[in-house]
Amino acid sequence: MFKKLMLAGSAVAMMVAGTAHASDTVKVGIVLTLTTPAAIIGKQMKAGFEVAYDHLGGQIAGKKLELIFEDDTFKPNIGKQKTEKLVKRDKVDFLTGYIWSHVLGASAPVGFKAGKIVISSNAGHSIFAGKKCNKNFFNAAWENMQTPMAMGQLLNKKNVKSIYVLAPNYAAGKQMITGVEKTFKGKIVGKELTPMSHKDWSAELSKIKAAKPDGVFVFYPGAWGPAFFTQYKQAGLSGKIPLYNVFSIDGANLPRFQKAKMDHLVGMINTGHWSPDLDNAANKRFVADFRKKYRNEYPAHYAAQAYDSLMMIAAAVEQSGGDPKNVDAVRSAMEQAKFASVRGPFKFGKNHFPIQNFYSREVVKDKDGTWMLNKRETVLKNHAPAMSSECKL
Amino acid sequence: MTFALFVEQIINGLQLGIILFLVAAGLTLIFGIMDLVNLAHGTLYMFGAFFAATMVSITGSIVWGMILAIPLMLLAGVLLEVTILRTLYTRNHLDQVLATFGLILFFNELFLIAWGPEGTGIALPPWLSGSTKLGMGIELPDYRIVILVSGLIVAAMLYFLVAKTKIGMLIRAGASNREMVGALGVNIKLLYTAVFGIGAVMAGFAGMIITPITQAEAGMGEGFLILAFVVIVIGGIGSIRGAFYAAIITGLIDTLGRSFIDVVLLLVVESVTAETAGPAISSMLIYILMAIVLALKPNGLFPPRGA
Repeated sequence: MFKKLMLAGSAVAMMVAGTAHASDTVKVGIVLTLTTPAAIIGKQMKAGFEVAYDHLGGQIAGKKLELIFEDDTFKPNIGKQKTEKLVKRDKVDFLTGYIWSHVLGASAPVGFKAGKIVISSNAGHSIFAGKKCNKNFFNAAWENMQTPMAMGQLLNKKNVKSIYVLAPNYAAGKQMITGVEKTFKGKIVGKELTPMSHKDWSAELSKIKAAKPDGVFVFYPGAWGPAFFTQYKQAGLSGKIPLYNVFSIDGANLPRFQKAKMDHLVGMINTGHWSPDLDNAANKRFVADFRKKYRNEYPAHYAAQAYDSLMMIAAAVEQSGGDPKNVDAVRSAMEQAKFASVRGPFKFGKNHFPIQNFYSREVVKDKDGTWMLNKRETVLKNHAPAMSSECKL
Repeated sequence: MTFALFVEQIINGLQLGIILFLVAAGLTLIFGIMDLVNLAHGTLYMFGAFFAATMVSITGSIVWGMILAIPLMLLAGVLLEVTILRTLYTRNHLDQVLATFGLILFFNELFLIAWGPEGTGIALPPWLSGSTKLGMGIELPDYRIVILVSGLIVAAMLYFLVAKTKIGMLIRAGASNREMVGALGVNIKLLYTAVFGIGAVMAGFAGMIITPITQAEAGMGEGFLILAFVVIVIGGIGSIRGAFYAAIITGLIDTLGRSFIDVVLLLVVESVTAETAGPAISSMLIYILMAIVLALKPNGLFPPRGA
């Protein structure tokens, strides 16, 4: 028994020794959801990081770039454990990824404590944009309330008088609803925060039918969307009450919707800060190479943000003299955000959240008949998170 | 709140109850007769969903796909019983929990590899994807009516099997007194395999008919399994009658809770509190019911006779 322990101990010691002298590499730890049905999103993002890796030639400032992917299994506690593993065992220079606000909320403090720069590639937990903003936290996506605020604005323009709102009952779900409430001027006739495990909306759909709103607003990302949209049609509501969404229809699930012949989704409108048809050189190159890499599917904003995250890291390390361990210099360079973003010109606010445009986007068929999102109008221009002023950076 | 909404929600609750019953019936039989805690029962529900989705895409017909998936379920159930679960009957409950939990992990991962994280689904043909007006403003999706009716038919068939046939007699005897049935020279091995097969088919059928609504994905059975356990605890372990009533009660309470708790709360508290407390309280309701039942009738509402 004692011998075995000694063996195990020396094996661990060797592993630690093996990673200690690796200063000629830039290590990026990436926490995503790679199993469970939510992996639809994680796999898109992984491909996004890999396209960025290819474009960088596997190098940053002449140093070898190493990406270490971890799976949070859609659970905050696992996300936190994996973050600890990346910090302590892999000794990564940067932490990024993070799809879910509740996973980010649990994991980011681990990175802050270790003095690492944490870049959220998707989760836009409102708290980090305001009071709990952190000098080492950057967001390469958006703040949760911004996209639904754009949707509220769009609904006002469309003269929608009353809506019924639905979202899953977790941090982001609540913030999405708060966002639409901030800008929508009509009446919110009903509000449902459904359990995370919810897959049958029979009760809620009956309530919507009885409430007769002008429109329905939903936030059902990942695997919730297909089930909800199917049931919306089965309940006889599609075509009767227009359905508006944020983050529920994108490149990650459109192929699946198309395969299931859910034609009622073509022409549907949502809002977002990016679109696969945005006209800039970086975006064209990214979309083309992503499609080559990933089953010829269009990237969703998830993959675009993943791409931006890694490009942002590369630019910051290069512009600060090439040493990823020099966190202060890297941070200052990152604040300048001088990199070719797929969303065109890119700028950080004081709280390290992007100040960016939000567009309305419509589901259309491309020239091959594949469903994709296309940009329509600019709803919010150079928009910063509402709670930015609460940040004391 | 209108009358039509109330009726619709009752029917929605019945539909959830029927699905719950299909899963809980097998669970309660297996637990009651074989004394086996089968955590992997939710896995059988997932089997049904994926088998049906695959068969539907092969045959191109939702009816044929589901009919062909039923013998597959029976085969899967029997194979699982003969190869793995049979060795667990004599073990204690902790071993059973560990082994069947292992099965959950194994099959979830296997299905993820085979079908990918996005899973699969069954698209409803046009003749099933509309909705029907029943008068007085009540309108129900056609497919929900199909679920309700087919679930009731399967429940009736199970009732006939258990109450009127010889194998049913043995099953009832087994649920009341396992040792005595064995002592009387009944081929207990065969009986166990048959019971497990029936349970697998019913759970699989539930998974099949729910898939056009919720889609099929790896791990879909686990959330449902918890509800099924609540049902068999409320109904009385080993009692099919109990499972039926408890499933209907649970389905109704869950659905009506989700529908009307915020309305009720608004009568006593302000709207912000009602909005936050509503979802929390409605998801607790069935567990509260289970706690009350356990406190007042520890053997459940309808324990099997003689137990």
